[in-house]
Amino acid sequence: MVDSGNAGCRKTLVANRSPLVWGIIMVGLLWTGMAFGAGNYDYIDINNPLLKKVPIAIPFFKSASGNGSEAETAQTGAILLSDTLSFTGYFKILDRGSFLVEAQKSDVAAPVFKGWTTVGAELLVTGALSLNNSQLEMELRLFDTYNEKQLIGRKYTGNVKDLRVMIRRFCNEIMGLLTGSTGLFESRIVYISSGSAGKEVYICDFDGYNPTQITHNQSINLSPAMSHDGKWVAYTSYAKGKPDLFIQNISDNRVSVVDKKGMGISPAWVPGKFELAASLSFSGDPEIYLLTGTGKVINRLTDSPGIDVSPTFSPDGNKMAFVSRRGGTPQIYVQNMNSGQAERITFQGNNNTQPEWSPKGDKIVYTALEKGGGFNICLIGVDGKGQMQLTYAQGDNESPSWSPDGSMIAFSSTREGTSRIYVMTAYGADQRKLMSMPGQQSEPKWSPGVTN
Amino acid sequence: MKRKYWVILAMLFIVPGLMLTASCAKKVTAKPEAAVSKTDDSAKKAAPVAPMDDAAKSAALAAREKFMKQDVNFAFDSAVLDATAQAILKDKAGWMKSNMDAATTIEGHCDERGTVAYNVALGERRAEAAKAFLVNLGVPAAKMTTISFGKEKPLDTAKTEAAYAKNRRAHFVLK
Repeated sequence: MVDSGNAGCRKTLVANRSPLVWGIIMVGLLWTGMAFGAGNYDYIDINNPLLKKVPIAIPFFKSASGNGSEAETAQTGAILLSDTLSFTGYFKILDRGSFLVEAQKSDVAAPVFKGWTTVGAELLVTGALSLNNSQLEMELRLFDTYNEKQLIGRKYTGNVKDLRVMIRRFCNEIMGLLTGSTGLFESRIVYISSGSAGKEVYICDFDGYNPTQITHNQSINLSPAMSHDGKWVAYTSYAKGKPDLFIQNISDNRVSVVDKKGMGISPAWVPGKFELAASLSFSGDPEIYLLTGTGKVINRLTDSPGIDVSPTFSPDGNKMAFVSRRGGTPQIYVQNMNSGQAERITFQGNNNTQPEWSPKGDKIVYTALEKGGGFNICLIGVDGKGQMQLTYAQGDNESPSWSPDGSMIAFSSTREGTSRIYVMTAYGADQRKLMSMPGQQSEPKWSPGVTN
Repeated sequence: MKRKYWVILAMLFIVPGLMLTASCAKKVTAKPEAAVSKTDDSAKKAAPVAPMDDAAKSAALAAREKFMKQDVNFAFDSAVLDATAQAILKDKAGWMKSNMDAATTIEGHCDERGTVAYNVALGERRAEAAKAFLVNLGVPAAKMTTISFGKEKPLDTAKTEAAYAKNRRAHFVLK
């Protein structure tokens, strides 16, 4: 979330919000007659640790009449778009004050590219809209200024209240073209926020907007995990007097409880299946089990004395990383789901926990306890090589979670004193606070949004 | 050949049988303790005042308070019971065995360092370790339940080593 966007930051809690009903948005292609090759754009290589931010110009959109709420919407739309792209940390949004071209006088379909390369823009987004009552018609185009060609062109029609949705869809297309991954701007984050009566589960949009309370049991609720289709949340709750695993449907709130003695903790959904893994201690020792989406045990996945907790699956579901104390201290192991063989991958430090497997399949992010005290987020290859530290000497940084496209990491940090949710790029750049609510926020888990 | 099998079969029944009688013997030796407390009671009964005089009453109350207030502490990331912990647990075992109608919940807690889920697991290990130790001292397992609160209910929220040490505890609550 860009700090300058604070004025627009809605912190109102919407209790029991019914699922957002998307208005009907018509999308059309804007064809310029110029062919552009697909997948030729390597502007953003998120695997490059020395990534340079791509300078992009997003002038205010052109409004048909030039006045009233239409002109306002033209400005809002452009700001929304810059905020959304700036969120990723991969773009340098150029200052509108330096622009040579005046929005209202420009040709949005055929811009004068020299006017943009002069101010340093490599990419340009132009927009034009007309607003009749609440009916919005908006054209958005992405250009490569140096190669002087249009990359994406879309026309959106719908209700003006769906402006944010339209902008996000366009940004999704931009990210898809430039990084090969989409879905970031439709994704949601489930997290915990503390209040006077305990800790409850909340969900917000990828950018921290629209926080919605999911649990209302006024108890202690922990470690939420949202299913990949965005429809279910599993979490640990003391609502029945002890730490039990709950699985809740987000739309109708029906809940299944894993009713076993001992505790049920650290749920993690299996990619592509209505199944999850969690650590249960009913056998007398915490082990990781595979469960159906309604909480029935399918089988046991780990078998070693001592704590086994915090499973996370590779995107193809063939491997599982988890935390085990079988070697004497909590370390991260990778288990082959077919053979059942587990291998330790962390050897630095004596407290490595909370692994999360990247949706791109190659890396695991986790929390490491430093020798001097203090927790930091680290990255390691799934083969145990290439260990890297992402946060430094700023409070406790824990609970990392990948965005569904693998381009960003959400985590909790106490660098300001109170625990808040932060985001950063996949290489640890651009660390900033996502949002702020009363109480302490923790344990974010990032998931694709509901697919519609 | 059949005879050998018969002998082995007989051994299979006799040996466990012997072991059972041995443990029964253990139970017999436990009884003298109960006998001792009975004589204490009768001594009290012989006193001129009501069955429990004020001194005994406050002593009993103090013992009960101590049972609930005195926590067992642990080292960081550990569920091991050191000498101090064991001494405290021996005390508690004594109290429970003198108060056979009491039932307790043993809560396991952690300091704030360490991740949420791992600490719920560690807290449970601590509570279970305390319970196992008490069972070994003769407290019936049925009288004790365990629950972990991980790092969710610290005694002291200061970010100091002293506070952390206080928070790493097994805490006894009477039901």
